[in-house]
Amino acid sequence: MGSNEKIYRIRFHGRGGQGMKTASRILGTAFFLSGFEIQDAPRYGAERRGAPIFAYVRAARSPINERGIIRRPDLVVVADDTLLPIPAAGVLAGVDEHTILLLSSDVRAAEWVDRIRFPGQLILLPKLGETEDPPGLRFLGATCAGAAARLAGPVARDCLEASIHMEAGPLGAAALAENLSRALAAYDAMASHAGCVQPATATSADDYIAPRWVDLPFEQASVSAPAIHGTLTSALSKTGLWRTLRPVIDYARCKRCWWVCSTFCPDGAIQVDSAGQPGIDYEHCKGCMVCVAQCPPHAIEAVTERGSQAEEAS
Amino acid sequence: MTQRILLTGNGAAAWGARLARSDYIPAFPITPQTEIIESIAAWVEQGEMDARLVTLESEHSMVTAAGAAAATGVRVFSATSSQGLLYAMEMLYTVAGWRAPFVLVNVSRGLSAPITLEPDHNDILAARDSGFLQLHCATCQEVLDSVLLAFRLAEDRRIRLPVIVNLDGFYLSFTREPVNLPDLGSVDSFLPPFDPENIRFRASAPISQAVAVLGGSPYSYFRYETHLAALHGLGVYDEIACDFARTFGRRHPAVESYRMDDAQWAFVMIGSFATKAREAVDRLREIGWRIGLIRPRLLRPFPVSTLRHLCSGLRGAAVIDQNLSIGFGGVLHGELCAALYGETKAPRTLVSFIGGLGGRDISDEEFFEMAAVVRRAADAGQTPAPRLLYTEDELRELRTLQAVAHSERNDLGARSKTT
Repeated sequence: MGSNEKIYRIRFHGRGGQGMKTASRILGTAFFLSGFEIQDAPRYGAERRGAPIFAYVRAARSPINERGIIRRPDLVVVADDTLLPIPAAGVLAGVDEHTILLLSSDVRAAEWVDRIRFPGQLILLPKLGETEDPPGLRFLGATCAGAAARLAGPVARDCLEASIHMEAGPLGAAALAENLSRALAAYDAMASHAGCVQPATATSADDYIAPRWVDLPFEQASVSAPAIHGTLTSALSKTGLWRTLRPVIDYARCKRCWWVCSTFCPDGAIQVDSAGQPGIDYEHCKGCMVCVAQCPPHAIEAVTERGSQAEEAS
Repeated sequence: MTQRILLTGNGAAAWGARLARSDYIPAFPITPQTEIIESIAAWVEQGEMDARLVTLESEHSMVTAAGAAAATGVRVFSATSSQGLLYAMEMLYTVAGWRAPFVLVNVSRGLSAPITLEPDHNDILAARDSGFLQLHCATCQEVLDSVLLAFRLAEDRRIRLPVIVNLDGFYLSFTREPVNLPDLGSVDSFLPPFDPENIRFRASAPISQAVAVLGGSPYSYFRYETHLAALHGLGVYDEIACDFARTFGRRHPAVESYRMDDAQWAFVMIGSFATKAREAVDRLREIGWRIGLIRPRLLRPFPVSTLRHLCSGLRGAAVIDQNLSIGFGGVLHGELCAALYGETKAPRTLVSFIGGLGGRDISDEEFFEMAAVVRRAADAGQTPAPRLLYTEDELRELRTLQAVAHSERNDLGARSKTT
């Protein structure tokens, strides 16, 4: 493909369960239905709900040879603003003056620009009423995809609609209707920014920054074997930051069965005291909600993390 | 009617098995392959695919079941990845020796230890000498097409060997691209039902397959006949690929040569990262480089004469291996050197690069720099030592991780003594 032919490069960041893979598929299909060649893919490891994940979409008028992670995104969509301060989430990797950042947040755009020294344009995802309501969280991906489609520009509204029929149709009529209304509302709400995403030009082979390769030094196995000598290393990783939903035990209903929730917890984040009373370690609970599903008397409730934090602060 | 739809590499592999009208699918899940057998299981369950899918208790049993079913004369498809392929290794060699044809998809993933989910080619290359023929894909379209090509190749009466179709985890397995989905009628005409000739298994007419031999002489005969069948695969593959192009309009030669007509320089590599090399070739050509890409799709049998032809007259090439033969280096580099040794017009400079291990990305800039290294080496008449694509920044990050792994030993050790 010639360097004058544009590739849209769009990255979605969120937490496992927020629908970023779905968002990338909705946007990818919408571009495809608009006559583009596309590539979309999620990137994840061994994580579960709540872990930082990302997905990406490339779209161009001719076949795409690029592959893998997008290094210089034209548009970065962030479904969860708690990811911004986490370096490992890589939300801001490769952004520059031409990058648009679309962010779901309660904090004002100007304040974010200041906090993270964002070099490009920052746009807040329109509030469509879903963020505080746990069932509504499931549709955040559709909202992100709808907004991204309008910011990118060349995706027609009916192509977005057809895409959602294809991607969300198999989930049933109710889910389809919810996805459609949120995506299209976000698409419409972004009208004033329509087409603001500008595809970056390809890297020049004439004028590039040469990679600084190193010769790996030979090191003894005592250093170079993949071993972790410390104990309790996972305790140092505060995976409680991953939560979008928080399990809360209602001790009035808890039967003190002493074993169900603590056994099913995949992270050992529920301890039971000598009286058989379970307690949740919120520093490490990732918010997977397995305990909520398993508790026989339904004594554990899922509440939004944002809501509980606001309550704790007041 | 051909449809053009979006499919992941895994989805494309599953569609290949479905369009080929596979009869029997022994299965065992492993990331990043599982989506293939999940797709097929759903189709079988919904009655959209007339096949028997059986979950086995391991990949060892799965490949045994695949070979045994193929030996009864039905069309067999299976899929695995990485550790799964290695767990089946004993049976890979065994069923290839049975001369019972079937198609196995491998979704490449780096081998343990340390364990990872992302791709490189050490898993598939561990099966290099097993007797399975190997097709390596660079796009999702190629995955679907290669499954169809692989059945024709495997079942050809001159070959009768199992074939592995390889695709890279993540970069193809979970990546959606537009794929032409051929109609069943065209597939049926390209790939008629499997004619197993004399490998039919009937209760009334027992035969013994895979018999024991004592003494090197019969053993040598059977092993070398398998080798000759594999070598025969070069010509047979070309015929099949021509037939495929006539039927579907897509060309999949044994070796992709991209912009090689007037080339003085080349990238040589296999797998999906080769599309990144295509992109680099375009960029370098814009500034006057006469450079191209050589990508073997067929790795077993190794297309020696085509590679000799394509490399003839080149000034130099960068051979990029997404694998590492521990204690040797890049496998493709070694094989290409062997293929070109003694050729009068072979390039003097073949520089070995190791890149993309465990899914480590290769950037545009790195492709440009590899080309520059090759040119400098050719000008100087001195080939540099093999180069691992690894930057100062990566080493610095690794040092941070090592510091954590080691300092915690001290910190936490001290803490636990005091508590």
